[in-house]
Amino acid sequence: MTSTAEFTLQPSSGARRRLGFERFVKAVLASMATVTVLASVLIVLALVRPAIDFFGDVSIADFFGGTNWKPLFKPAEFGVWSIFVGSLWVAALALTVAIPLGLGAAFFLSEYATPRVRSIVKPILEVLAGIPTVVFGFFALNFVNPNLVAKLWPVGDVGTYSVLAAGLVTGIMILPTVASLAEDAMVSVPDALRQGAYALGSNRREVSTSVVFPAALSGIVAAVVLAAARAIGETTIAVLAAGSKAQLSLNPGEEGQTMAGFIGFAGIGDQATGSVGYQSIFAVGALLFTVTMLLNIVSIRIVRRFREVYE
Amino acid sequence: MSQVTHLRAIQPASRTAKDIVFRTFMFAGIGIALGSLATLLVNVIVEGAPRLTLDLVQNMPSARPQRAGIQSAIFGSLWVVITTAVISLPTGIGAAIYLEEFARRDRWYNRLIELNVQNLAAVPSVVFGILGMAFIKRGPLGLGSTVLTAALVLSMLVLPTVVIVSREAIRAVPDSFRQGSLALGATKWETVRHQVLPNALPGILTGTILSVSRALGESAPLLMLGALTFISFNPTALDSQYTVLPIQIFSYISNAKQEFRPLAAASIVVLLVVLLALNAVAIFLRNKFQKRW
Repeated sequence: MTSTAEFTLQPSSGARRRLGFERFVKAVLASMATVTVLASVLIVLALVRPAIDFFGDVSIADFFGGTNWKPLFKPAEFGVWSIFVGSLWVAALALTVAIPLGLGAAFFLSEYATPRVRSIVKPILEVLAGIPTVVFGFFALNFVNPNLVAKLWPVGDVGTYSVLAAGLVTGIMILPTVASLAEDAMVSVPDALRQGAYALGSNRREVSTSVVFPAALSGIVAAVVLAAARAIGETTIAVLAAGSKAQLSLNPGEEGQTMAGFIGFAGIGDQATGSVGYQSIFAVGALLFTVTMLLNIVSIRIVRRFREVYE
Repeated sequence: MSQVTHLRAIQPASRTAKDIVFRTFMFAGIGIALGSLATLLVNVIVEGAPRLTLDLVQNMPSARPQRAGIQSAIFGSLWVVITTAVISLPTGIGAAIYLEEFARRDRWYNRLIELNVQNLAAVPSVVFGILGMAFIKRGPLGLGSTVLTAALVLSMLVLPTVVIVSREAIRAVPDSFRQGSLALGATKWETVRHQVLPNALPGILTGTILSVSRALGESAPLLMLGALTFISFNPTALDSQYTVLPIQIFSYISNAKQEFRPLAAASIVVLLVVLLALNAVAIFLRNKFQKRW
């Protein structure tokens, strides 16, 4: 009751030590988070310098203007269009497979399947998603190309390699990505919307296509864009099944090379540091990185901009 | 008498037809997905069956298909994946704890880190290979084609996934746990250490096992790091030369001799069995320790 002088608002030495340790831990954790940024910075740094060196030797007009891509031959040619179009072919074929099939699977899992069926089918799709790309490459080269593409493709002769086989199998590879991301988007559509439509006399198919689909559209488009980025960047399937002959062709039954496929192919060859072959890896890598980055930004934008927020 | 009105559901033929089309479309989706998986597995098992013997895992890679095996690739994969886990798990989980528990959302640098993790997860794996080739294998670090080079590159590759899944697991721990702990006078880190982490651990483990198993199947970045060479010895240290299962499979597939095909298929079976086992462990952990609050 007498004096309050002994009370102080300063933390005790023990508390101060605890708070000091607290700051230390926070700093350590923050530095770990910074490492992720470091990885991005390093990627950009790694790509930019040699790519600039490359464009010191090869004019931008040759790079974007030509249609012959033979950077590892003599005389070398650097028309990136043939491998750019090769990537587009593979991505387009893959999406032709993965969009309808992936959406079909997503509608089934989200709107039609009973919980029991769902608990069986979903893990199997997860297994498909976990198959390594080298295994898909083997499947394309060893099964799809000789047994399906070579027998069924009507135009021209199909050799050991074909863009078609690589594209189709890449489509199977990204199918689970489309299915599971689209399903996530569909499941998060509130039930009240469905019940409203049922009350108005809609059946299950009408609810799926006219209520759930538009409500989940932003998530579905984002899923497709992400899957497209994965298809464009797919390397191992392209190297193993599409072949290594870069050519601009309208017939996907022929062999062809993609951007990622070229990077992998040239990387195996262990190019001498500083050679034009070595630098061309970085030029193509920078182009590939830019394309996938743009696709990813588009997908993030779509989700932010068009997301319907309920409740 | 009043007329009896029949309330019959009107079902135009076009509606039924559309229903059938839609059902076909859905079953085609599921059917082709599951059918492809089944075909792939059957193809690999049938093709690889003659080589699925103990010799496969006991023999070293060889230019002669009759005696070639994958022993050094199995040990190489173990070395690379364990090193990758040792590097990427503490870093990724630490980053996740920072972003979930310590970072203030209104600071630009924290939003930058978040956006960056999201972007990095979408970068094609071969681009990580280019980075590794320029800076780690050659260039500033100059580590050559070693286990450590591969592990560093794969760590960067799986890091965003580890961060994302760990954050989800941490977020699932209810806030009341944190508030209770803070109310009793614990500091933030003490709360994280004794309340959040123990409760989030099963989720973190499940997610990280799955992301590390991705490193086990990855081939594209390693192609860029000079892993596609003939290695007939097991790694003994971080600076050993190495080969890994996916790369050895790649090498057998792309070999001109057709006799290597069954060997590639048999090696794929081994790789898939290991991956499925890891998946099973992850699912087991999830089911055993899953908590609902």
